[in-house]
Amino acid sequence: MTSIAEPVRASIVTPFRIGVAGVILGALSFWIALPPLHTRNLVAPALLAAAAAVAGGYAAWQGEVRAGWGAIVIGGLGVGLAYLATRSSVDNLEIAFTWSSLIAAMFVFATPLIYGSLGGIFSERSGIVNIGIEGMMLMGAFWGIWGADKTGSWITGVLIGMAAGGLIALVHAFFSIHLRADQIISGTAIYFLSLGITGYAFVQLYGDKNIPAGVSEIPRLQLRFLDHIPPDAVGDFLYGAFGRLSLMIWIGFLCVVIAHVAIFKTPLGLRLRACGEHPRAADTVGISVYGTRYFAVVLSGVLAAAGGAFLSVGVVSSFTEGQTGGRGFIALAAVIAGNWRPFGSLFFACLFGFCYSLALQLGNTYRDSVAGLDVLAGMLPYVITLIIVAGVIGKSYPPAAVGRPYTKQ
Amino acid sequence: MSEPGPPPVGSTAPPPPETGEPTTTAGRYQVMQKLGGVVPAVLTGILAFFMGGVVIAISGHNPIDAYRGILDGAGINWFWAHLGNTDVLDLSTFNFTQTLLRTTTFVFAGLAVAFAFRCGLFNIGGNGQYTMGVVVSVWVGAYWGNALPNGLHVVIGIVLGALAGALWAGIAGILKATVGAHEVITTIMLNWIAYYFASYCFGQGGPLQNTQPGREAAPISDDVLDTSHAIIPVFWGDEGFQALHYGFFLAIAALVVFWIVLNRTTLGYEVRAVGFNPDAAAYGGINVKKNYFLAMAISGMFAGLAAAIDIFGWKYRAGTLDIQATTVGYVGIAVALLGRSTAVGVGLAAFVFGALDYGTTRGLDPEVFDPTLAGNLSYMIQGMVVLFVGADILILYLWSLRRKRFASPRMAGRGV
Repeated sequence: MTSIAEPVRASIVTPFRIGVAGVILGALSFWIALPPLHTRNLVAPALLAAAAAVAGGYAAWQGEVRAGWGAIVIGGLGVGLAYLATRSSVDNLEIAFTWSSLIAAMFVFATPLIYGSLGGIFSERSGIVNIGIEGMMLMGAFWGIWGADKTGSWITGVLIGMAAGGLIALVHAFFSIHLRADQIISGTAIYFLSLGITGYAFVQLYGDKNIPAGVSEIPRLQLRFLDHIPPDAVGDFLYGAFGRLSLMIWIGFLCVVIAHVAIFKTPLGLRLRACGEHPRAADTVGISVYGTRYFAVVLSGVLAAAGGAFLSVGVVSSFTEGQTGGRGFIALAAVIAGNWRPFGSLFFACLFGFCYSLALQLGNTYRDSVAGLDVLAGMLPYVITLIIVAGVIGKSYPPAAVGRPYTKQ
Repeated sequence: MSEPGPPPVGSTAPPPPETGEPTTTAGRYQVMQKLGGVVPAVLTGILAFFMGGVVIAISGHNPIDAYRGILDGAGINWFWAHLGNTDVLDLSTFNFTQTLLRTTTFVFAGLAVAFAFRCGLFNIGGNGQYTMGVVVSVWVGAYWGNALPNGLHVVIGIVLGALAGALWAGIAGILKATVGAHEVITTIMLNWIAYYFASYCFGQGGPLQNTQPGREAAPISDDVLDTSHAIIPVFWGDEGFQALHYGFFLAIAALVVFWIVLNRTTLGYEVRAVGFNPDAAAYGGINVKKNYFLAMAISGMFAGLAAAIDIFGWKYRAGTLDIQATTVGYVGIAVALLGRSTAVGVGLAAFVFGALDYGTTRGLDPEVFDPTLAGNLSYMIQGMVVLFVGADILILYLWSLRRKRFASPRMAGRGV
């Protein structure tokens, strides 16, 4: 596909980049129909979508099938959605697409996914598939709020939740490392077990009552200075989007940076990756494959549980059975889509988080005009996850030895 | 045109084996089966229930009482107290018919997981496939009027319900076959999509919500029974009170069909070959992708059948709360794993979990043990069954301690 005769041109304007540009154009065709631009007729969206289709068609013709078709599909979707937007009243659009609150909600929804996907990355980089992320998150959610309730401090609550996640991860580690169980099955078992343990403990400890009100909550970080940035519109937007985020969200971003450095820039990370790529070679040079894997799996449980604890202690201040609602699996999808890299999965976690927040806003704004839309919109994050997982696979490269038990020789 | 790239790599699919060991769970299964036979399965079950008892004891209840309450709730005492009694006004007889009703559902749910398993696929999407089956069966059963003869109506409803499940699982099958998306992720996403779709259908203002006067506000569908009386006939009990219906025999027939298809047909041979080692199967000329798709679709068909037979057999309606409380697909995983994905095993495991399901919920006397606790207990027992089955090595190791220094028990049966 890339010709050797024209290396310079190929390196700047590759068919793949044209395809990506098409995707962006397709998204723009919808965006210009939304606040603040509010295009009320369809000419501009249609033109942009057509440009997206042309770019996509070219990319597909040049062999970049995924990017090309992606651009064509998104162009089509974009103009369709833009049509819907022009049919809606400007007032409703202003409510549904308040960008600052959409983005703030995006971070809230993305945070459990960020912690969960970091957990997934550590575990899978060491060679252990961790389907049980969902269960570990659930453990963090329940024991986190239980701890916050009993000790009266959100810090100890979150720490207790993280410890619970680490403990259940230890079970997964023992079964998949020492007992060489199938890791997918063992992870599923962890999910069921956690569902049972948290549900049982919740009923046993709280009976019919819910978690009492007034549990210590994770504080928000007030960034007043953002509000004063000129011009006013920008300041308002920045403050609305970033000025009142929970502390755990900022810690989550920090964790992404630390994880990236730890995995790719330190000897420890090199060992971790060696165990996931070629455990025999790692063993030969004296790295303890079992030890590294135990460490990674337990760390993944601790991180996932932090995400779960954020849900219960940081967002809703209560617990419901099965509270995580598939977020652990979406986090895993973010790991795959993000190519087993912290920043990659951060991007996808935010994308999925945005779907959650958009679904919520759309449902709330339009449920009076379209019956049941608030329920139907709930599908959005899952549909997008499905599409993205299907779209990126083959472009993503899992650690070579992931999922395979290692036997010492 | 681009040069052919490397074959799509599944997100978590293991690379070709270095050592020649079976790469998939199904492969490991077949090896283990030769070793332990039925013993590890039974030990697995006992261990899981024992651990459940430990949990009950830790939380300050008497495990013996709790388990006796669950057994009585499931009507297992029918065997020694009322054997031969068919009068459903008797409590243990009624409870026993309820256990058999759940068994019927779980046979199909177990087969839905087992069939995919034998192809090396892990179908966690039973819940979503079941849910789509429920939506379609309710639609056919309660909203098609009564123009069709009742018998034909039921048959069409069951077929379409099964197809709905097959289509839903087929999406995951196609994604696995074409782009290599891991079926665990895709089926879970499909579960949630089905969940919201069904909640929308039966919910306030949804297309399948109640139209009967006075009940418009309930997020529940119309009754199959009211509109057309197109239901599966009952043979034990009264149709107004969740009676046992002829679908029970369909479940037994499904077990037989499952066995025949897997063991006596080309399709079954190919599915098992792919399940044992996809690379070897491909080398032998088997179309692995086709089999991935077919295995998923057939699995989904079983889940859809579970739904259709539930709707036409005894539920007659569905509501958003039913959809949200559905755990059929997850129980199916435990059933298939405990039953080793064999026909007989699935049948027996379905009975165990059928009893556990009814015995820990409706059948359980709240005075003896709190059903909300017991419901979560059955989750834990499922989890432990799955955990221990996944690590058959542990059970085998406990079972044959004499082979203590043997590096890997599963090597023994393979003659390496």
